Amino acid sequence: MGSYIAKRLLLSVPILLMISFLTFLLINLSPMDPAEVVLRAQEVPEITEELIAKTREELGLNQPFLKQYADWVMACLQLDFGESYVTGQSVWSLISPAFLNTLKLTLVSSIIIIVMSVILGVVCALNEGNMLDRSVRGVSFFLTAMPSYWLASIMIWYFSVRLDLLPTSGMDSYRSYILPVTVISVSYVGIYFRNVRSSMLGQLHEDYVVYGRACGLPERKITKHILRNSLQVAVSIFCMAIPIILGSTVVIENVFAWPGLGRLSVKSILSRDFPVIQAYVLILAVAFVLFNTLSDMINAAFNPKLRKEI
Amino acid sequence: MRALKNLSRDKLASLSLFIIAAIVILGLFAPVFAPHDPNHVDMKLRYAGSSWAYWFGNDHLGRCILSRLIYGIRPSILWVLAALLASVGVGAAVGFLAGYFRGKTDAILMRICDIMLSFPGYVMTLAVVGILGAGLENILIAFVAMKWAWFARVIRTSVQQYAEMDYVKFSKAAGISNRRIILKHIVPVTFSDIAVIASGSMCSMILQISGLSFLGLGIKAPHAEWGMMLNEAREVMFSHPELMLAPGLAIVIAVSAFNFLADGLQVALDPKRMNSGKQPRVTEVEKPNVEYA
Repeated sequence: MGSYIAKRLLLSVPILLMISFLTFLLINLSPMDPAEVVLRAQEVPEITEELIAKTREELGLNQPFLKQYADWVMACLQLDFGESYVTGQSVWSLISPAFLNTLKLTLVSSIIIIVMSVILGVVCALNEGNMLDRSVRGVSFFLTAMPSYWLASIMIWYFSVRLDLLPTSGMDSYRSYILPVTVISVSYVGIYFRNVRSSMLGQLHEDYVVYGRACGLPERKITKHILRNSLQVAVSIFCMAIPIILGSTVVIENVFAWPGLGRLSVKSILSRDFPVIQAYVLILAVAFVLFNTLSDMINAAFNPKLRKEI
Repeated sequence: MRALKNLSRDKLASLSLFIIAAIVILGLFAPVFAPHDPNHVDMKLRYAGSSWAYWFGNDHLGRCILSRLIYGIRPSILWVLAALLASVGVGAAVGFLAGYFRGKTDAILMRICDIMLSFPGYVMTLAVVGILGAGLENILIAFVAMKWAWFARVIRTSVQQYAEMDYVKFSKAAGISNRRIILKHIVPVTFSDIAVIASGSMCSMILQISGLSFLGLGIKAPHAEWGMMLNEAREVMFSHPELMLAPGLAIVIAVSAFNFLADGLQVALDPKRMNSGKQPRVTEVEKPNVEYA
């Protein structure tokens, strides 16, 4: 197992390098000159050629491409993502509190998603084909087809405005979590409980289940074995889900005015604040790769066959 | 043809197919079906309820909601469909090359796919929009750029399974050109897998594009788009919540239709039925790769 972990970690290094390179390249693909973007963002009244040339020099844009990249990677490793074009604050001081807020939202939602998906998935698999299973699946189909911001707006309108029970926006107390977490969970439980259900169903007709029954094992014990095996799949799915949720709270954060990464990123996109966008993409991509690695490791811990595949 | 027959037996899937066809036709011939000019502002009709002239009422600028819904099909559904076809096309080209020729071609192409897939898709869409600027065409570019790798992966797996079949080997031995084998003998059988994943990912793409428009990163006003209509409705949500209804339901109906169609297709095109007696195949189609927003 130790050598597997070492190999898997080594394998993610080139991927991380490629990700950082592509993220860096992305900014250079922009149709606009970054120097011009900075000047526009700072609302300089008259943008002259001279001024652009001076800003280019200041930003180090005249250096060779690879040198710029190397400098940037080294700085990023020290958590120095540069300064915002708009406010001049360091990007890290903008991103780190926002990241924490998003992380809180994501973790609370993920826990609810995992618990709900496993419960619903197992219950539906054990009741395959009857009314309960069919109605749960029907409702989930409808819920996953709903745009989350639509559901969010409806809930704000009903619970916050008409009933005046919960805050409409912001992040003041634990009550602020209720609506955004509910909306995020609803969209994802509908997807993930189906995965749990189908992996459970796949196990129901395996030979070991038939054998267990033939030996007269109580049904409760058989269910326990099935659960153990089918939850392996669930664990790896959830490891993949967490970074996906982390990246797609964008819309919800904007609806609920949650002071997180999603709001920051949309604000930066609209004001073309490249360093912030760059840092946002890099941080989430790295999180994505790390969670993928983690999910592979958990899978390998459960299933020794997978360890040989590298 | 047999697939079509199977599909017609599934009532829900046929209904979905019918709804999708209706939406596409409405969108293509929007000027014919829309009762009014979608951008015509009439301040006298602000927030008017439904009437015979304006079935779904009027929005905050007195524009006809029904006409805006119909014109909104173009960016919300038709352009998404085009982006989907483009990414499936690129993905299929790469997938066929990798799956059929194997060896070095396969290794190189799949490494590229791995790198593309190691980016979180939704974040990258945002990033591309962030760099190129807000706008529908930039979102579509981002979609194609991010989605092809996933299609390539799935199609490659599917192609690999068929490329090893005896009839393909026989065709090779008979001296038929690779191009002809791929077009005549592999494309038709892998088509089912492609159809299933394409209709499945259409759902998440519709939701994503409407979400981006909702955030103001999509199509520019005054053009109608379902997500943007919801965004406009949100600003007056507390006084006129009914404006949220029509565009939201339109999205729900369209996405559900694609969802049910994907499900129906999976059953109708099930290869287990096509060559019965064989072990069911495990394809990557079943793996979750859904990023709803």
